[in-house]
Amino acid sequence: MTITVNMTVNGKDVSAEVEPRTLLVQLLRENLGLTGTHVGCDTSQCGACVVHVDGESVKSCTLLAAQCDGGQVTTIEGLADGDTLHPMQEAFREHHGLQCGFCTPGMVMSAIDLVNRNGAPSETEIREWLEGNICRCTGYHNIVKAIDAGAKSMGG
Amino acid sequence: MSDTIIGAVREPRRHDSGHKHVSGQAVYIDDLPEPVGLLHVYLGISTEAHARVTRIDLDPVRAAEGVALVLAAADIPGENDISPTHRHDEPVFATDLVEYAGQPIFAVAARTRDLARRAARLAIVEYEPLEPVLSVEAAKKTGKMVTEPLVLSRGDAAAALQQADRRLSGRMEIGGQDHFYLEGQIAMALPGEDDEVTVISSTQHPTEIQRMVAHVLGAPANAVTVEVRRMGGAFGGKETQGNLFAVVAAMVAKKTGRAAKARPDRDDDMIITGKRHDFLVDYDVGFDDDGRIDAVEMTFAARCGWSSDLSGPVTDRSLFHADNCYFYPNVRLTSEPLKTNTVSNTAFRGFGGPQGMLGGERLIEEIAFATGKDPLEIRKRNLYGGGDRSLTPYHQPVEDNIALEIIEQLEESSGYWRRREEIGAYNRESRVLKRGIALTPVKFGISFTATQYNQAGALVHVYTDGSIHLNHGGTEMGQGLYTKVAQVVAEEFQVDIDRVKITSTTTGKVPNTSATAASSGSDMNGMAAQAAARAIKERLIDFAAENWGVPREQILFLPGRVRVGNQEVAFSELTLKAYNARVQLSSTGFYKTPKIHWDRDTGRGRPFYYFAYGAACTEATVDVLSGEYRFDRVDILHDVGNSLNPALDMGQIEGGFVQGMGWLTMEELWWDEKGALRTHAPSTYKIPACGDRPRVFNVEILQNGQNREDTIYRSKAVGEPPLMLGISALHAISDAVASVADHRICPRLDPPATPERVLMTVERLRAASREGAS
Repeated sequence: MTITVNMTVNGKDVSAEVEPRTLLVQLLRENLGLTGTHVGCDTSQCGACVVHVDGESVKSCTLLAAQCDGGQVTTIEGLADGDTLHPMQEAFREHHGLQCGFCTPGMVMSAIDLVNRNGAPSETEIREWLEGNICRCTGYHNIVKAIDAGAKSMGG
Repeated sequence: MSDTIIGAVREPRRHDSGHKHVSGQAVYIDDLPEPVGLLHVYLGISTEAHARVTRIDLDPVRAAEGVALVLAAADIPGENDISPTHRHDEPVFATDLVEYAGQPIFAVAARTRDLARRAARLAIVEYEPLEPVLSVEAAKKTGKMVTEPLVLSRGDAAAALQQADRRLSGRMEIGGQDHFYLEGQIAMALPGEDDEVTVISSTQHPTEIQRMVAHVLGAPANAVTVEVRRMGGAFGGKETQGNLFAVVAAMVAKKTGRAAKARPDRDDDMIITGKRHDFLVDYDVGFDDDGRIDAVEMTFAARCGWSSDLSGPVTDRSLFHADNCYFYPNVRLTSEPLKTNTVSNTAFRGFGGPQGMLGGERLIEEIAFATGKDPLEIRKRNLYGGGDRSLTPYHQPVEDNIALEIIEQLEESSGYWRRREEIGAYNRESRVLKRGIALTPVKFGISFTATQYNQAGALVHVYTDGSIHLNHGGTEMGQGLYTKVAQVVAEEFQVDIDRVKITSTTTGKVPNTSATAASSGSDMNGMAAQAAARAIKERLIDFAAENWGVPREQILFLPGRVRVGNQEVAFSELTLKAYNARVQLSSTGFYKTPKIHWDRDTGRGRPFYYFAYGAACTEATVDVLSGEYRFDRVDILHDVGNSLNPALDMGQIEGGFVQGMGWLTMEELWWDEKGALRTHAPSTYKIPACGDRPRVFNVEILQNGQNREDTIYRSKAVGEPPLMLGISALHAISDAVASVADHRICPRLDPPATPERVLMTVERLRAASREGAS
């Protein structure tokens, strides 16, 4: 049995026939080819799969595609304006807030949601917000720096 | 014309894929478009740690929906073995005996990953359980080893221990660590004509994958091409542990003629693949009243798991680093690579070295408590010095020692002694929160101890438009190796780095490579790429000299151009002219590390080309009611020689410290009494999160660093050494804990120092302190 889900992904209307148990991350990666959203732990803890649904960050491996029916989904691929990176993407690049890059899309998506809620997060607020995003490479030092800088340029 | 190029060596250049990482355009293997008809492969694994297999019925698996192929041991065309050291002790699939819970028994290939996973559950496997050997302690009783132990000795340790003014002994447990690379193990195989197959594998060692796939398929190496553009982290966990997934995918591809992809989910990845070795260290140390060491005897017993994998060289390296920065006048070090019915432990950043170093640092701590002196004093008193205090337990003199210089600089910049006073005053007043501080150094030997691995190759093409194609045997796992090597090539040709195309590592372009491991990636591949670039440069110089009739010494590569006598030509103009004159614009490059040699039988030689140094000072606050703690401040000073890229090096230092800190504090692997791993997901296995990083984190690269050896632009390796800076975190907690017994009792806090273990240590010290007082 399949169901039809309709949603807007990165500004485009999409419609897909999927099994009801299909996860949002599967829809994005397998049906829509948006592979910038990664699967790190399969169990909603590492945060590599974070996307925005209706403007809020969610772990797309926890959410059924059907739950997003009618929703607005933004993935890492939907942030840049043509060749111009989103300020948070630019901040991660500029401040070396990455090494292997696998956690980076989820980090960026989480960070943007933080700044959307709190335009000038303190270092403590950044640390606390990122509890659900794991990075094994960087020790988080540059990630915090990047988010701080990204918040400033998003505000400016 | 510009006076400098973009992307020269020493420039703090961003990671070459950074713009792709942040925009979701960096392609990992699971992101590649799947060929039509691709099969997903899943493994069926043992539920028993040690058992005879009495029945395997795979018919229900074959009959399941969407299943195209089921493979067991009998279906393997070549050899049922993927032992990296060729000891033939690591079957791909178990047959009549399983030796750990998680051991693969069969594989199933199906139309979707979900169907393959469901089908894998349908197998009927019956076992006759045998007694499993799970802990190091239990394994010590059996005495069964996976490979030959090593002994390093100098002087007469037994006699010197007897004669020493003071002597003490003890035992230390050291926990293991899961790599937790964010991108799990994965391989995709594409069948080719005849016996050919291409495997795209998340591996640090493409040549090893090639060798293993050929071995298992019964094909020659030239039939197998292995490629990797990038990994989502590796840390040693993809040096040999990718073999299994690659060979299984390759067999499915060859048998079905369809592409095949093997990707375990996170839990299975953690259950099936090897980790950092846990150790039991027995030590006996003799010293004088000033805390100067006379003699050391230590035994490093490691839980190697069910097969040898890399446990031989890993346990060897634990001995090589048991001295850390300290001179042991009389020493005897023994390894015990023990066989257990657990996952086969493997390479992990530091490769046994960190465990050796922890043992050495425990000696320092013991002596400090025994003599009532500050551990930092004991450290400084025992450093390698000149003359007769420079010989390591493996008889290599330490010739490039800068440990004291680094310690003294950090002592000053971190305000160690002032803070030591402040902490003492604080602890006298504070009942529940206790603070501690520790400054620990690192000396880490650079080179593979197996001399033959210290070789690397590169391939450089220059096209007629002056653009450059770069390939080498090193792999990119996030450390920035590709960027560093491209900087070397840009520097050699004096072109902007965007003229250098960085290409995937593939066995088809550069053969017989070594693993990107032992911190040697940029040292070796940088040199090989430089050699290739220089060979082409020499030909260009010869050509220009002849073409323009000027002496060779008047030809100079300037940024973006070449000066030929009194005129300048664009680099692209020179390359086109050279092509037209039939000059070969492609070259391989090769490098082998000089000076090194090692005789394992005698325990003598020069296994390391040079040493990398560093030191960290960590301050912790411990809640002695709950055992919980936080790291208030960390100061690091680390030696990277003359850095190829300070930005990337800083990343390695910061990340290495936090990974080492995680290993020694919060990361706890737990096997139950039946040998099943119970911490197989991030829900139960906790690596540091953002909130765990130190509140204040001051990281500095040693200024004016130089490698006294002739390495690539006099830089030093940086991959592994910083991990061991994390030892200061353990010792800072230990120092805080010691305050509950007025620093009279060595806490013997064994890692991982989880809050539970910290609390138990606090209670033990308090009880001992009360006993001592009554």
